[in-house]
Amino acid sequence: MNDSEPLIRWGWIGDHAGELADYTGVHLRLGLLPVLFGLIISIPLGILCHRWRWLYPPVLTVNNILYSIPSLALFMIFVKYTGLTERTVMIPLTLYTLSVLVPNVVDGLASVPEPVRQAAIAMGFGPVRRVVQVELPIAVPVVIAGVRVAAVSSISLVAVGQLIGQGGLGYYITRGLQLDFPTPIVTAIALIMLLALTTDALLVLAQRLLTPWSRSKVTTS
Amino acid sequence: MNDLLNQLRLVSDWLTSSQQWHGAEGIPQRLLEHLTYSGVSLLFAALIGLTFGLLVGHTGRGAFAVASVANLARAIPTFGLVVLVVTLAGLSTTPVLIALTALAVPPILINTFEGVRGVDPATRDAARGVGMTEWEVLVKVEVPMALPLILLGLRVAAIQIVATATVAAYPGLGGLGRFIVDGLSRNDYELVIGGSTVVVVLALLVQIAFTALRRVIVSPGLRVSASRS
Repeated sequence: MNDSEPLIRWGWIGDHAGELADYTGVHLRLGLLPVLFGLIISIPLGILCHRWRWLYPPVLTVNNILYSIPSLALFMIFVKYTGLTERTVMIPLTLYTLSVLVPNVVDGLASVPEPVRQAAIAMGFGPVRRVVQVELPIAVPVVIAGVRVAAVSSISLVAVGQLIGQGGLGYYITRGLQLDFPTPIVTAIALIMLLALTTDALLVLAQRLLTPWSRSKVTTS
Repeated sequence: MNDLLNQLRLVSDWLTSSQQWHGAEGIPQRLLEHLTYSGVSLLFAALIGLTFGLLVGHTGRGAFAVASVANLARAIPTFGLVVLVVTLAGLSTTPVLIALTALAVPPILINTFEGVRGVDPATRDAARGVGMTEWEVLVKVEVPMALPLILLGLRVAAIQIVATATVAAYPGLGGLGRFIVDGLSRNDYELVIGGSTVVVVLALLVQIAFTALRRVIVSPGLRVSASRS
């Protein structure tokens, strides 16, 4: 890069506003659909692990192993089966979310106080109704804490998908490198962080609305 | 199923051909590069993250700042940061290592902090009560009790570094990611999948190493309550 080139040229952003908006939409889809899929898988899986404790350690081990595999390598392994498509990015991202979501569903269910469970049984709740109407709502804060971590990581990981041509805003990161022009890279990083942090804030809000009875702060780690 | 067998044969052909095991383009050389990048960044990240994590955890000052940094850091697209560093500073190893280090500090910092903070205040008081100095309280009581979380932080950081170091091949750095990136640009699927396999094996070895480390150094009394990510 020559020294006269500024870190960011504001004019470029103005010229590309429409295109940036399109890529932002794609990025959100690639980042958030895996979280949704992950949640759809984790809730039943978490309930099963909570119910049959012996199931939990092996599930946790598999999750940890999947989580440790670098995204680039995992994308490449799926290319063979799903081609250079959005699915190739979304399947690995879904697998990554499980490593946060499953433990949080299990912990959330474990956080249901025993007297509450007993009361539900005494009131005649069957096992299914008890899980759906009593235990899951109580688990919501812990589950959402997991969803926050999963969503933020997922949104920032999408960019790597650009190496197989499906990276949402990651497009501008490789473009900037090819043109030796930092503005698109800086813009992409800023937009990705903005998307992640906005999603995080909306999830905090969603948790407040879903659990009006709990105003206590849930920590994420 | 046939597909899977073909893929396995592809990998084993690639891994066993002798050209993979010699010279600057061979697996040993790339692996060495990858381990060097990862090791150096992890070392520096651990020095920074542990120091501040222990300090903030022990004194309780700056807790909010630590939580905010950790949250913000997770949102940074690592791929973007590495590419930006190369665009700005040119293709050299040091700036990329600094970026890798910066990305690995937050998980170590937040987990160390939470580990120390999570020590039962009664235990801490008891330690002071038997006459330990603040330093002894930290080293003999808080650190051993926080060890499961400290190791978790180091493991998450190591995994992230290994993954990001792979991606760093895209803007031109060495390491195991080279096989994948070069394979992609040459349309050489054998190279891509062979390189991916080596990366996966390395990641699993890192995971296993940390699991083993935890077995060895965490006090048996803490194992039951040891938590996960």
